[in-house]
Amino acid sequence: MRHIISLEVENQSGVLARIAGLFSARGFNIDCLSAAWSEDEDTSNITLVVRGDDSVIEQIIKQLNKLIDIIRVTDVTENDYVGRAMVLLKINCPPTRRLEASSIANIFRAKVVDISAKSMMLELTGQEAKIAAFIETLRPFGIKEVVRSATIAMVRDSNFKNNHNSK
Amino acid sequence: MTGAQMILHALEREGVAAVFGFPGGAIIDVFDKLYDSPVPFYLTRHEQGAAHAADGYARASGQVGVCMATSGPGATNLVTGLATAYMDSIPLVAITGQVASHLIGNDAFQESDMLGISRSITKHNYLVKEVDELAGILKAAFYIARTGRPGPVLVDVPKDIQQASTESLYPEEVSVRGYRPTVKGHPQQIQKAASLISKANRPVIFAGGGVISSDAADALVALAHKIQAPVTTSFMGLGAFPETDALALKMLGMHGTAYANYAIQESDLLIAVGVRFDDRVTGDVRKFAPKARIIHIDIDPTTIHKNVQVEVPVVGDVKSVLLDLLDELKPKNHDAWLRQINDWKAAHPLVYRQNGSILPQVVIETIAEITDHEAIIATEVGQHQMWTAQFYNFKKPRHFISSGGLGTMGFGFPAAIGAQVAHPDATVIDIAGDGSIQMNIQELATVAAYRLPVKIVILNNQSLGMVRQWQAIFYHRRFSNTCLRRNIDCPTHCDGMENCGIAYVPDYTKLAEAYGIPGYFADRPEQVRPTLEKALKTPGPAVVEFRIDKEENVFPMVPSGKALDQMLRGIA
Repeated sequence: MRHIISLEVENQSGVLARIAGLFSARGFNIDCLSAAWSEDEDTSNITLVVRGDDSVIEQIIKQLNKLIDIIRVTDVTENDYVGRAMVLLKINCPPTRRLEASSIANIFRAKVVDISAKSMMLELTGQEAKIAAFIETLRPFGIKEVVRSATIAMVRDSNFKNNHNSK
Repeated sequence: MTGAQMILHALEREGVAAVFGFPGGAIIDVFDKLYDSPVPFYLTRHEQGAAHAADGYARASGQVGVCMATSGPGATNLVTGLATAYMDSIPLVAITGQVASHLIGNDAFQESDMLGISRSITKHNYLVKEVDELAGILKAAFYIARTGRPGPVLVDVPKDIQQASTESLYPEEVSVRGYRPTVKGHPQQIQKAASLISKANRPVIFAGGGVISSDAADALVALAHKIQAPVTTSFMGLGAFPETDALALKMLGMHGTAYANYAIQESDLLIAVGVRFDDRVTGDVRKFAPKARIIHIDIDPTTIHKNVQVEVPVVGDVKSVLLDLLDELKPKNHDAWLRQINDWKAAHPLVYRQNGSILPQVVIETIAEITDHEAIIATEVGQHQMWTAQFYNFKKPRHFISSGGLGTMGFGFPAAIGAQVAHPDATVIDIAGDGSIQMNIQELATVAAYRLPVKIVILNNQSLGMVRQWQAIFYHRRFSNTCLRRNIDCPTHCDGMENCGIAYVPDYTKLAEAYGIPGYFADRPEQVRPTLEKALKTPGPAVVEFRIDKEENVFPMVPSGKALDQMLRGIA
């Protein structure tokens, strides 16, 4: 099972190394990881996407909790949440195909952020599945470059039980 | 106050009664202040010795052990000691010098990335970046080392921080927001545990090092007697329950007693207290305690469900949880179960064969008799360690000082030094093999210098005996590099059977004498008791060497990966 784990950590050098060290020492896998400042200058937010059966996830969460520089561990996927990743995508796009590409971008609510004689750069934010579909849809153009961000996530306060589709 | 002064001030404020270490360029400022400090310091002859001595001090006293070393090689020499303490959950604070802040990352002379190197073998570590943070970091280091599941904490202090002055005061209180160990067990879990215990017919208490580190031995004895449950201990738990008690099953696992292992396999309720279900305990984990429901009490939530799935976990300090549990329980009897256990004890005692040479088991039994099972016994790692675990019959906690998790050869002697410093009047004996003792033999100078009356008993089988035992049993007697008599004249292969006549080196009696320490040698069984009596009466340190048969092996033995009831018995 894929789990998104959100961490509030001390804003200190070496915290990422502690997390990376924990995962490599215990043989856990990280699918992706995002780290950035939080509102509080003493802390940072780290979002991990990890994979494993229930016992592995239980150990991952407990071991993360055990790290002294980690203040809070939340398994976001245990809750109703919003998860978002971002992609920057550069495709082959001669002027003749610009209209076609930008209409696909519209369907996905992506943005065109750069354009040249031969290529177009697009930006999309969304769930990982949507990003994957977007990339596949544009593949026939010829993909020159893809840079994807890790997923970040936040638990919803509006606790509508049937809201899972909008993740 | 300078940073260096703050370090010594912190040691005083924490009540540190012994520091073990070795000086060097990047910690010279601290040593300069130490020159005028009341903090007692012990100069070992190797930083590894300092780390193990601090560890032995902590194990014997229950206090935080402190060691100190310089940057680079001094600090990296602590690594094995930190890893040893980490695996066995021993509270340690290691203070290392570091090159000056502006040189960090420049591959400066004697620079090593101690934060990186020690990350996976410490409970936590710090690099001090501002002198004003130093006091708070030291306070936190001691707090983290001794609380929760104890462990080593390293504080790396750059030279310029030691020299800089600070106005900060040593804090009275400490709070680390990412670290809040659970002490009190959840009442609902304790009730569930009590309910399982009340229904059990064949309970076994399985006690580990957590009982000792939370000073819960009395509570454990009370629990065992109240519910009349037999008690087995892990290697780390030896001494947590008196092995002279009728309910004692002694140690379980790979080299545990047959009756402890049978009891585990037949038990319908395992009450696991302060243990982590190490593979040396469980054998094949899928076949471990197959008929038992399991209660698991431990302060570290990561130990729960890590190796074994349990029915009732109770996270909390062992002593606190046991006392709460005792309140919930009514006295019980398990006469039929205890009869069954006594039958196993009678049918499968720990045994050894007489063969005319000095038997290591007899040496250990004799030491136990002379010291009434109450000496502080350190060991190295290997066959002698397992024989000690099997035959000493420990009565009290903090009297068995041995590297369990990491299995560090060379640990016992420096650890015995630490234990002797903690208890100057106690009889402290390092039971060693001839392989292990050579790994930190330089500390003979330390015991000589401080007149520490540590006694070293070397069971010399002229081999790296435990590896040799595996080679004899599982590797067709191919004794690759386990003979310590082997020299350049030997043939490539040797079945180890003949007396080849090659002289053993070193001569331990002469070696001891070189340090001004009396040495004793014996190779006949009738010499064992008089030699031990003479050595133990010697004031100051002494070295005793017993020549033993290299074919003598440790039994019973559960081969690695087998179930606990699939023991090799060696002799019927």
